Amino acid sequence: MSRTRITSFLIGLLLLASGPLMAAEYKLDTEGQHAFIQFRIQHLGYSWLYGRFNDFDGSFTYDADNPDKSEVEITIDMASIDSNHAERDKHLREEDFFHVKKYPEARFVSTSFEEHDDDTATLKGDLTIKDVTRNVTIDVEHVGHGEDPWGGYRRGFQGTTTIKLKDFNIDYDLGPASTHAEVTLAIEGVRQ
Amino acid sequence: MRLGNSTTCYGPVAILFHWLTALGVIGLFGLGLWMVELTYYDNWYNEAPAIHRSVGILLFALVALRLLWRLINPHPEPLGQPLEKRLAIGMHWLLYLFLFAVLISGYFISSAKGRPVGVFDWFSVPATLHDLPNQEDIAGVIHLWLAWGLIILSSGHTLAALKHHLIDRDASLRRILRFTNDK
Repeated sequence: MSRTRITSFLIGLLLLASGPLMAAEYKLDTEGQHAFIQFRIQHLGYSWLYGRFNDFDGSFTYDADNPDKSEVEITIDMASIDSNHAERDKHLREEDFFHVKKYPEARFVSTSFEEHDDDTATLKGDLTIKDVTRNVTIDVEHVGHGEDPWGGYRRGFQGTTTIKLKDFNIDYDLGPASTHAEVTLAIEGVRQ
Repeated sequence: MRLGNSTTCYGPVAILFHWLTALGVIGLFGLGLWMVELTYYDNWYNEAPAIHRSVGILLFALVALRLLWRLINPHPEPLGQPLEKRLAIGMHWLLYLFLFAVLISGYFISSAKGRPVGVFDWFSVPATLHDLPNQEDIAGVIHLWLAWGLIILSSGHTLAALKHHLIDRDASLRRILRFTNDK
């Protein structure tokens, strides 16, 4: 190894070591399944129906010194919708609802993140479902962060927002109590 | 009274099987196309698919028994030209193939997540193959196209019977319409 190569190697190491000082990039732990996209919607106004999206991926950045610079990006495979009922899931994938053949993906890209004192934050971002993009506000709880037992560093958030189905061109009539759905993102990222 | 077939006539059991199958296929096809268009607040929204599933399972049992009956019975010879006879035999087996395929694909939709398929309130059939990737969607597409295929084949089958009756003036149609003890 030449001297310059050694020098650049050392600079590289230094940069790696200084990582925590910069905005750290976190990849969602979808492999270990420590990330969930759940939803719930009223059934006739008499009960809650729960479901989830099984396949999605994404990442976020978080800088403890400058948390408002945090960014999140998530892509959801809409065909992976799962409400634990085959015929309902089939219907949800069809034209009446998500029309997943035409709109296979939904996306969330953050536009702002505002941290409050009590480990909560307000996340705003563009949510795209069926090619309709709307700015949504997500109330976020910063659940925790720290080293994991396997040599990594993890950080997790949970946030909930309510979306109006009609806003995203879903106008199948499920009744007056079921016009909105609550969506919860529970994500844990592994620092890269 | 003779229940089975002879080499020239259908017996009453085969005639009953035939018309119950025809009724089942036409009924399920119409019901199926209608029920998927129902809106959430329609009175039939839950009931129509329940009937469709139940009748579908019963029709499967009926067609299985019918096939068994056919295999252990003599079968009336097809009538007409040699080519027509070969076509008739081919068509009959193709109809059996489509019947089983459309019924099984329907069962694979409802049982895709491992849930048993209920037959009215009488009994239910447990899931077998389930949780395959996108099973309910793939089975759904196959079910719809096979159903259309079966209806088109059945129409050809009907037109052929009418041709035998009206043009050839042979017994093809008559012998499936009523049971005769004579030859």
